[in-house]
Amino acid sequence: MPETHIIGKSVPRKEGRDKVTGAARYIDDMSLPGMLYGATVRSQIPRGVIKKISFGSQFDWSEFVIVTANDIPGKNCIALIGDDQPCLAEGKVNHPEEPILLLAHADRHVLRKAIDAVAIEYEPMPAIFTIDESERCSQVIWGTDNVFKTFLIAKGDVDSVWENASYIVEGEYTTGAQEQLYIENNGVIASFDRELGITVWGSLQCPYYVHKALMALCNLPAEKVRVVQAETGGAFGGKEDYPSMIAGHASLLAMKSGRPVKIVYDRLEDMTATTKRHPSRTHHRTALSKEGEILGGEINFTIDGGAYATLSSVVLSRGIIHAGGPYYWPNVRIRGKAVATNAPPHGAFRGFGAPQSLFAMERHMDRIAQVVGLSPAEIRRRNFLKPGQTTTTEQTIREEIDLGKLLDRALELSDYPAKKARFARQNDTGPVNGPIGGPIKRGMGIAAFLHGAGFTGSGERYLASVVGVEGCADGTVRILVSSTEFGQGTNTVLCQIAAEALDLPYDYVAIAQADTNQVPNSGPTVASRTAMVVGTLVRSAAIGIRQTLTGAGSLTDSYSPEEFRAACRLHIAKRGELRSYARYEAPEGVFWDDEKYRGEAYATFAWAIYVAEVAVDLSTYSARVEDFVALQEVGKVLHPILAKGQIAGGVAQGIGFALYEKVVWQNGRMQNGQMTNYIMPTSADLPQIRVFFEEMGKLHGAYGAKGIGELPMDGPAPAIVNAIEDALGTRFDTVPLLPEDIFEAVCADGMADRTIDGKR
Amino acid sequence: MTNTSENRVKCELALTVNGKTETVRVYPMERLLDVLRQELGLTGTKEGCGEGECGSCAVLMSGKLINSCLVPVLQAAGANLTTIEGLAQGPQLSALQAAFLECGGAQCGICTPGMILASCHLLDKKPKPTLDDIREGLSGNLCRCTGYMQIFDAVMEAARRSPA
Repeated sequence: MPETHIIGKSVPRKEGRDKVTGAARYIDDMSLPGMLYGATVRSQIPRGVIKKISFGSQFDWSEFVIVTANDIPGKNCIALIGDDQPCLAEGKVNHPEEPILLLAHADRHVLRKAIDAVAIEYEPMPAIFTIDESERCSQVIWGTDNVFKTFLIAKGDVDSVWENASYIVEGEYTTGAQEQLYIENNGVIASFDRELGITVWGSLQCPYYVHKALMALCNLPAEKVRVVQAETGGAFGGKEDYPSMIAGHASLLAMKSGRPVKIVYDRLEDMTATTKRHPSRTHHRTALSKEGEILGGEINFTIDGGAYATLSSVVLSRGIIHAGGPYYWPNVRIRGKAVATNAPPHGAFRGFGAPQSLFAMERHMDRIAQVVGLSPAEIRRRNFLKPGQTTTTEQTIREEIDLGKLLDRALELSDYPAKKARFARQNDTGPVNGPIGGPIKRGMGIAAFLHGAGFTGSGERYLASVVGVEGCADGTVRILVSSTEFGQGTNTVLCQIAAEALDLPYDYVAIAQADTNQVPNSGPTVASRTAMVVGTLVRSAAIGIRQTLTGAGSLTDSYSPEEFRAACRLHIAKRGELRSYARYEAPEGVFWDDEKYRGEAYATFAWAIYVAEVAVDLSTYSARVEDFVALQEVGKVLHPILAKGQIAGGVAQGIGFALYEKVVWQNGRMQNGQMTNYIMPTSADLPQIRVFFEEMGKLHGAYGAKGIGELPMDGPAPAIVNAIEDALGTRFDTVPLLPEDIFEAVCADGMADRTIDGKR
Repeated sequence: MTNTSENRVKCELALTVNGKTETVRVYPMERLLDVLRQELGLTGTKEGCGEGECGSCAVLMSGKLINSCLVPVLQAAGANLTTIEGLAQGPQLSALQAAFLECGGAQCGICTPGMILASCHLLDKKPKPTLDDIREGLSGNLCRCTGYMQIFDAVMEAARRSPA
């Protein structure tokens, strides 16, 4: 690896100054002359036929812009993968909070009251709310069987393994929905001009997703749709597909009224109406040898997609590919299924199916350890994937990854062996009493996992992302990408890469605003792909600039920033502009079969071992994470502070997923859609999250970087639940585990009566 | 949510924000948050939840940390208000702003103004806080990106650099 001058250094975040001074402009900080406010009238029932819409007499409705499905100039759908989700319900509704009608008015306070004055009469129909109900097909609400998508991964001969197995271990594991809970709610402004078409500014991850959706909805050609990302206050997947919906709504109102329209959700609307992590159920049946080696197994992974297909097929895909964890399976059959229920569609959330299937895998691994009689560390060590072996999709591990070594280091960093022994002793003989008097029991839990970087299989080939780099007359460089910044550090890391490739100071490089009129489609900002896939293209395009200038003879191989400036100026004076583009090309010899789900699922994987130390207070039954070690191999760390920040933030969300964040459903509607009753971790709830990196594999990405964004979401929940089981000896197969859930499980285990009053 | 259209009578109030006194014509029960953002154009103060839970709208009111989504503007008349826009001296960032920038305390940035003002409030009370003081002092401000660790680093760093 050649020496780098900016890669690996924690340079200041590009847009950081604006963020710490309050100057950064988010969507709700913007307004346009003559702007109206828009709002959405939504379904109050989970399923039924719309019989009548009536408008209360207390308002003069001529003051309002009113849009229904009849006003849609194009196709009434949110174009994404399939086109099954309507932009506005037409005749029937399939989930609570489904948009039916739009209103706009100049006074947002009046608007709020007007929403309540629109009365909708329904003929309700029976609805279904769980995976089990959906599978029973008592009501068919989607297609012929409520199934959005199925996948099958088959390797070896699973049916032959049971006969010779020394142990067969079965288990079923479930995970709940989780709200992304970005602190900035969804919002957009749309304006319409007959000549220019639609322009949308918004809080969003994927400008070209919105672009595609608006073309179909508004029946406009590509050049008459412009999408611009405003500063975006967190996303985590929650602003991957939903912005197409809210942008569609604002655009319809803007087209009808001829005035700009802003729609910004309040917290309740954002939480109850927009997407969440898919609830899941995973069934494992595993055959093991006497020594605890996996001989083979069956994994059935099922997710609840909500009322429309949206992204469920892709979430399912990532879920099943990660379902086998970082282990070697000589024989395996993995079935994936995404089913429909009458809830708002579930969508993208950091990890994208992998946190669900890996929770199951890593809980199951502890179960296997118990049955076989090995320690949680040893059972994992005996089954880790090694270089040269193949994954469940028969992808050969080519990088020099040593998971055993990673595990050793994580155990050492967390003081695992000593603590585990000490806690076991204390839990049995004399647990310390907590503040309310009941005993506190402690435990240690491990999770080992992997996360694939970039789009799955042939995904990157289909995307064929394009990146531009522009040299300006003043010697500065602009990166042209649709890849967006929403906290992860896109702006900073891509500028580091370009500066490194051009041998320029970091300050010379800037990133253009993600505006579909200005930047090429570098793909969506999802799937842990930006640093690795887009970063590689930025590097190529930057090298292209360098080659253009050296080829023209205006620059030598080694140059100062001043010489670079002079060369740019000369080139632009002669040719008008200096731009270089790079398009993704799939590496030679990469095999992926979309039909059989076999081959190179990802260009590379990040690897990790997380260790949680947990204390459970048997007065309150609350579990608290007291120490957390997050050790990972993510290739070259481009920016240590950003990378650590990504990991710590993901771990915090994972702790929330495990212990705090429970979506309470009633008839398909979230009942706790506020920050007062949906609880995410505060600074007082979290342990020190100790983040460590190991740089082992350096095969992929610009300067050897792999994807990092989603990885830290995968490990915390299983590590924590494994630790709770270690502390209490009670089996837990689900997340989230709030105190009442732990209490119930412990009661069922016949232990509560001994501890609840502390007397016996 | 305070509904301003109910009270159709506006009044004139003098608000002192970041050392400058301005007169605004507003409904007395309007949220301070809305007046700061819409009447005074101080959009650095953010709305996250509208119910006092997330702290994104936190500002200092005569030295106290308040959630401006819960305070009717009438109550702020006569007080000294500090918003995020009032911390830097021209191009010179305050010690906390600089430390947030350097230590990774801001990711998406939406909680950052409130978080920095909560940190200001904490350091006013405890110039050399312990880690537990910081955890406690910032527990009314939610951040979904950072997991708080680099925010703690930033506050520690700012405290280390301040004379006291």
